[in-house]
Amino acid sequence: MMKPIFNIIPLFVAIPLAGAFLISLFGRRIKKLPDALGVLIALGLCGLSIWSVRLSNAYTTINYSVGSWIPPIGIGMVLDGLSTFMLVVVNLVAFCITIYSVNYMEKFTAKWKFYTLFFLMLAGMNGVIVTGDMFNLFVFLEIGAVASYALVAFGTERHELEAAFKYAIMGTVGSLFVLLGIALLYGYTSTLNMADMAAVLIEKGTGNIILMVSILFLMGFGLKAALVPFHAWLPDAHPSAPAPISAMLSGVLIKSLGVYALCRIFYNVIGLSPAISSILLVLGTISMVVGGLLALGQWDLKRLLAYSSISQIGYIVLGLGLATPLGILGGLFHLFNHSIFKSLLFLNSGAVEYATGTRDLQKMGGLMQKMPLTGATALSGSMAIAGIPPFSGFWSKLIIIIAAVEAQRYGYAFWAVLISILTLAMYMKVMKYAFFGNLKETLIGIKEVPRFMKLSMAVLAVICIVGGILFISAINEVFLQKASNVLLGGVR
Amino acid sequence: MSREHEKGMSLIVKTITRLTVGLIFLYGVYIVLHGHVSPGGGFAGGVIIALSFIHLMLAYGKEAAFKKLSKAKASFFESAGAILFLTIAILGFRAGYFFLNFLSKGEPFRLFSAGTIPCGNVAISLKVGAGLFAIFTALVLLKINSEKK
Repeated sequence: MMKPIFNIIPLFVAIPLAGAFLISLFGRRIKKLPDALGVLIALGLCGLSIWSVRLSNAYTTINYSVGSWIPPIGIGMVLDGLSTFMLVVVNLVAFCITIYSVNYMEKFTAKWKFYTLFFLMLAGMNGVIVTGDMFNLFVFLEIGAVASYALVAFGTERHELEAAFKYAIMGTVGSLFVLLGIALLYGYTSTLNMADMAAVLIEKGTGNIILMVSILFLMGFGLKAALVPFHAWLPDAHPSAPAPISAMLSGVLIKSLGVYALCRIFYNVIGLSPAISSILLVLGTISMVVGGLLALGQWDLKRLLAYSSISQIGYIVLGLGLATPLGILGGLFHLFNHSIFKSLLFLNSGAVEYATGTRDLQKMGGLMQKMPLTGATALSGSMAIAGIPPFSGFWSKLIIIIAAVEAQRYGYAFWAVLISILTLAMYMKVMKYAFFGNLKETLIGIKEVPRFMKLSMAVLAVICIVGGILFISAINEVFLQKASNVLLGGVR
Repeated sequence: MSREHEKGMSLIVKTITRLTVGLIFLYGVYIVLHGHVSPGGGFAGGVIIALSFIHLMLAYGKEAAFKKLSKAKASFFESAGAILFLTIAILGFRAGYFFLNFLSKGEPFRLFSAGTIPCGNVAISLKVGAGLFAIFTALVLLKINSEKK
């Protein structure tokens, strides 16, 4: 049944695309337009995504056929619990980051170029989330990824170009694995529609070709998600980008292009076999441990945060890989929380760089006195990521650990607890060297950042503190539970 | 001889280019407009249109090409093409669906048929043609800048 209201689904792609090209068309001449239009579009998308929670609850799964072509032939778009959940995460974070960029991007010359690329990336991410078609997924994946390569190089300094080049090469290799996987899957099932493909796979059974495809997807999407053997690009690319983009990349890009796409395909198309589940568990744990250990030794603030992203992605994949109801719930909950606090922390690092001009922790100190709001929000972000009780991160990590114990995976639970302590240690280091202690003489003249940057950090910090309310049963049932039910349906 | 004649390639190449470049451009337009009835379409036609300008740049040097299509114009056409394509898609909402082919389909294999598809082809050719020309320009300018240093 098609209702006119379902027409909001393609809007998640159409609005950011229209925004991107309108800004590139008029933004150069009209100075205020990029900021105004950018914030307006991001606000609209954020509102639309929150409103779509109601829609997906009323109709469970909505299939939208683009151009009214019948599903297996035309391109389908799907709005279910999981896509709504991801849309809310992506667009909420994107909105906060757009507000932040209004002030932060002043120091770069071509703001309109930034917004154009930013909204192209957002269109790619939203597209990956709403699409129900395999090849369409690849197209949107590339739109998001190519825009992000350009954004990493936005500063055009030597190290930024180097990082962007490395990211572009590795990202392209990852995309090619995905494309090859899709091609083989298309050859085997003769369809590109995900739901149709899943039905054909059940009917035909899974042979060696599916094993091959699974490995290709693991490598391709694993590279996008920066799981450990494929993580080498992330610690260069994420710190080199301007702070709002680092926040966007670490906060949502690796999750929507990597973790979401991985889960969507493994749970809802191929079906999660015990073998894939154990691979996810192992990869998740290795990412968690290696990322955590490497982060501890960093002195560059943004690099530390980037390694910490790898570690936290490990938690998410560990939770999802457990394939128990509680594990998936915990993984998704941690995905939400991590997008909020990691974007907050990257915005904090941007604020520190904006004010002091350095990212080296050893050159900072006592910033709390001069930048109280940045310090306070960084503290709440750090507490949340380290898993201190009332903050959001505590709940999601707790659920993941309980789920691991429940599934009798004691080894994984042990590592999760241990890395949680390590995370606390690394963020104590950040707080101690950057914000507490004595103010360095070189830093006496610094000022707190402008108001839009403060506003956006404050909003994210509040979500960090109250993030636990997602677990209140009324919200949980319409939001988080619906998303995990979608994934749970695919566990074999 | 004016300075313009010293730039670019030899007289033979310039003469051949002068004779063919318009035909190449026209052929690109032909491919675009017949995209829905014969092989080709917006992308292929757009590439050929871009090639006619690139051809001009190779034979006569970059100033001659920029006189026909400046960087600002290329950038404008690129964005305008994308906006046009998106507008066609969004107009489909009027009849109920995103990307719905809401115009009359006409008789098959006629030039004026297939509803919104030729319009989409024109939009894509603008985007691809201007985009490819801009990419080529960027590479050329980058080379000149690095030679200066």
